[in-house]
Amino acid sequence: MKSETRKELIVSAIQNGTVIDHIPSYAVIQVMRILNLINTDLQVLFGMNLDSKKYGKKGIIKVRDKFFDDIEINKIALAAPHATLIEIRDFEIISKKQAEIPDFVEGIVKCFNPKCITNHEQVRTRFKVVDKEDLRLLCHYCEKITKNENIEFI
Amino acid sequence: MNMKNKSLISINDFNKEELLQILDLATYFEQNPHQKILEGYVVATLFFEPSTRTRLSFESAVNRLGGRVIGFTDAAVSSTSKGESLADTIRTVSNYADLIVMRHPIEGSARWASEVASVPIINAGDGSNQHPTQCLLDLFTIRQTQGTLDHLDIAFVGDLKYGRTVHSNVIALSNFQTTFHLVSPEELKLPSAVKMHIKSNNLKYYQYTQLEEVIPKVDIIYMTRIQRERFADPIEYERVKNSYTLTKKMLEGSKENLKILHPLPRVNEISIDVDADPRAYYFKQALNGVYVRQALIASILGLA
Repeated sequence: MKSETRKELIVSAIQNGTVIDHIPSYAVIQVMRILNLINTDLQVLFGMNLDSKKYGKKGIIKVRDKFFDDIEINKIALAAPHATLIEIRDFEIISKKQAEIPDFVEGIVKCFNPKCITNHEQVRTRFKVVDKEDLRLLCHYCEKITKNENIEFI
Repeated sequence: MNMKNKSLISINDFNKEELLQILDLATYFEQNPHQKILEGYVVATLFFEPSTRTRLSFESAVNRLGGRVIGFTDAAVSSTSKGESLADTIRTVSNYADLIVMRHPIEGSARWASEVASVPIINAGDGSNQHPTQCLLDLFTIRQTQGTLDHLDIAFVGDLKYGRTVHSNVIALSNFQTTFHLVSPEELKLPSAVKMHIKSNNLKYYQYTQLEEVIPKVDIIYMTRIQRERFADPIEYERVKNSYTLTKKMLEGSKENLKILHPLPRVNEISIDVDADPRAYYFKQALNGVYVRQALIASILGLA
């Protein structure tokens, strides 16, 4: 409990907004990209390589005065499968949600197939998630599978 | 299924009933190939890479139905050579034609074209991805020769790893209780993603490296070309090439109803002494391409 308090101090507490916890440190920037937090007017605080009981090291993002809908939340599951989203109002936790792998993924992942049209023309990528456990994405265009280990974010 | 104004992109978009419906319509055109139902219609054939057989067969289908054809046979003579995007070419040609038939080397190009075009697209091959009209004409031919598509023993021979025709056929035939006999060199076996379709339909498949042992067992032998560039070792290619040549002598002991198919062009995988044999069916198969394409064009334009 004590270390929890410490962490809150390292990345300061927010009165209202969303805390995205349990992000792999290397994926923090990626999650910020997916949620359009790079070019935003919102106040965003983030930390990497923070101590985590569960994962050893972790990343965290706090966004002031912003609440995400489920579709946005699920998009980050590809980059941070164990992410927890905590909604805060008046410094109180009002809900905790787990990011879930969505059924369809659009515009955030590159198709692994170099011969796919999405790698040749300005075409927004579209995938059907055919395996959520092992993360396998079926390209809507070239019908090839992009596997978990080959996922590259745009 | 109502195909009017719908694009034809992938064989995976069709279920069993829809496949059979197209084959039935193709049978109608086989019996009535010359009809002027396309009078006043313009079909564009955009071939961003050359394919004589597919293009001529589409153009023949349109011409026999009284329609007109515009288009190009090589990307070098289109605006692509000036750097125009596929999307722009397709949007422009949509203004000039009622239907676009497209072959393109990039995978997924047909699906993308169908999303930007204001007229339906027929995919005549998008790289190594899909060639649905070839698959449909193969199914049509198999049914024509055997009277049914159900419960057949079908051998696929040659490059099963990269051959898109084989992949599409295996997926489509998995709707019809087929037993698959897969003959290929070790390095060109059917990918596991395609075998999954066989397994998920609770069907059987057997894998072989020798062509001879499969011949007496099957109703259809579907031969494909093995390309030299698939082999890292040219000596290995030379060894494999000769062991996958079907000769008339090898056909002794086959079933009486056996028919030999090949998507063509053939290089040396079927010896020319097979051509006159009643079991050789590959040239008739090419003719069937016209009927199947007539059926597809007519139903997409809402004329059948």
